[in-house]
Amino acid sequence: MALQSLDIKQRSATTTPSTQVRETMEIAKLIDVSTCIGCKACQVACSEWNDIRAEVGENIGVYDNPVDLDAKAWTVMRFAETDEKGKLEWLIRKDGCMHCADPGCLKSCPSPGAIIQYKNGIVDFHQENCIGCGYCVTGCPFNVPRISKEDSKAYKCSLCSDRVAVGQEPACVKTCPTGAIQFGSKEDMKVYAGGRIADLKRRGYENAGLYDPEGVGGTHVMYVLHHADRPDLYSGLPANPSVSPLVSIWKGFTKPLATLALAGVALGSLFHYVTKGPNEVSKEIEDEIEREDREEEAAK
Amino acid sequence: MIRDPKDLKRYNASERANHWTVGISFILLALSGLAFFHPAFFPLTQLFGGPVWARIIHPYLGVIMALAFLVIFLRFKHLNKMTPADKEWLAKAKNMVDGNDHDMPEQGKYNGGQKVMFWALAVCMLLMTVSGLLIWRAWFGFDITLVRLGAVVHAAAAAVMIGLIMVHVYAAIWVKGTVRAMWYGTVTRAWAKQHHRGWYRQVTGK
Repeated sequence: MALQSLDIKQRSATTTPSTQVRETMEIAKLIDVSTCIGCKACQVACSEWNDIRAEVGENIGVYDNPVDLDAKAWTVMRFAETDEKGKLEWLIRKDGCMHCADPGCLKSCPSPGAIIQYKNGIVDFHQENCIGCGYCVTGCPFNVPRISKEDSKAYKCSLCSDRVAVGQEPACVKTCPTGAIQFGSKEDMKVYAGGRIADLKRRGYENAGLYDPEGVGGTHVMYVLHHADRPDLYSGLPANPSVSPLVSIWKGFTKPLATLALAGVALGSLFHYVTKGPNEVSKEIEDEIEREDREEEAAK
Repeated sequence: MIRDPKDLKRYNASERANHWTVGISFILLALSGLAFFHPAFFPLTQLFGGPVWARIIHPYLGVIMALAFLVIFLRFKHLNKMTPADKEWLAKAKNMVDGNDHDMPEQGKYNGGQKVMFWALAVCMLLMTVSGLLIWRAWFGFDITLVRLGAVVHAAAAAVMIGLIMVHVYAAIWVKGTVRAMWYGTVTRAWAKQHHRGWYRQVTGK
């Protein structure tokens, strides 16, 4: 790889190690939900930088627009209203790929190199290798990847891997007017989050905390939540996300085992033939039938 | 030119065509499916014009196979009912595999092993079809848990089915004089008398 920032940690459908020699700093994006004002500048910056524009949808009575993630909307603001201690709270979460350390999409993908995890932690889809099977959707614990109706390829937030590769922050981070989206090394982001959480706790949010779920090995997009004990309040953010056990069975040890078993059946058949010999029609029965034919002939 | 007009007819032309429709679609399905099963087989997608075409074609082949299999299933299911003689045959199957088929019980058109194969393939085919529809994203969008379950069942049933078909094909190669029944429909009387004596008596009246 030309750029160290693009060194690959793991690659989909590849059974040998990718580049492991250079130690690259892990990066992370930190989304502080408590300082987000829901202006959607990040959505706009995302579509500007990545040259994507989701179809103009319809107003469904709430602020959510686009209503859902899409092949052309890699991040969307989700607005939730909740009643906490008798007060209305408007919880606005910027949704998109979490860039898991243990990515279910990459684990599920059957196409070599269609999903890449860089050593810096970014999980990136390389659409030129995507075959459109949708296995990444099946594997994702956050319901993020979307298959395009135009080209049947999977798309999602790239964490602006192209910008990060040359030392810039993602477009959403650059544009956020309140500083609710921060970007840096994962270590630094945890320290920054610590300060934010302490502040929230002082202000009475005793359950404030960092969302960096262990079940997927931690994520490279993290949230500061006022109610870290109840992530589901934030438009269904999963409390304990992990790669589904079904996906682990499907893509885990069973496949090499099944492959070996099939090779065993094939080789077993071959050696059965070689050791036991073919099952021929016996000469005795053939002679018997010929004799019967001759007797019938003679009786005519 | 027919070598011996007294050869016995085992399958008519329509049955043979039906079988080869299933067989060809199975081979294409197995090759393209294995490509998505394990990275080691991914290069097989090149046989189908590349990985994207393999992904597109695979489920349509599956529909062809499911329909053709259904016809075969309906045609032959009454010939595959298990009888006490089949159970006895299965109990002695080890002798058969060892190449010693002298004291196997008399068998009708199909022996116990073939019948087990028939029903095992039918179960696999049902699982493959249902799970295949669940994960066919080009046309369907089922609940994610169902899709995940479908993916596991599809892969597992496929592995079992490929194994069963290997045994099916090998048995046909191993028992000499069998494959011709699927090429042009006939077997020799001696073959029938040796391997399916009940059926031999039934069709020859001896």
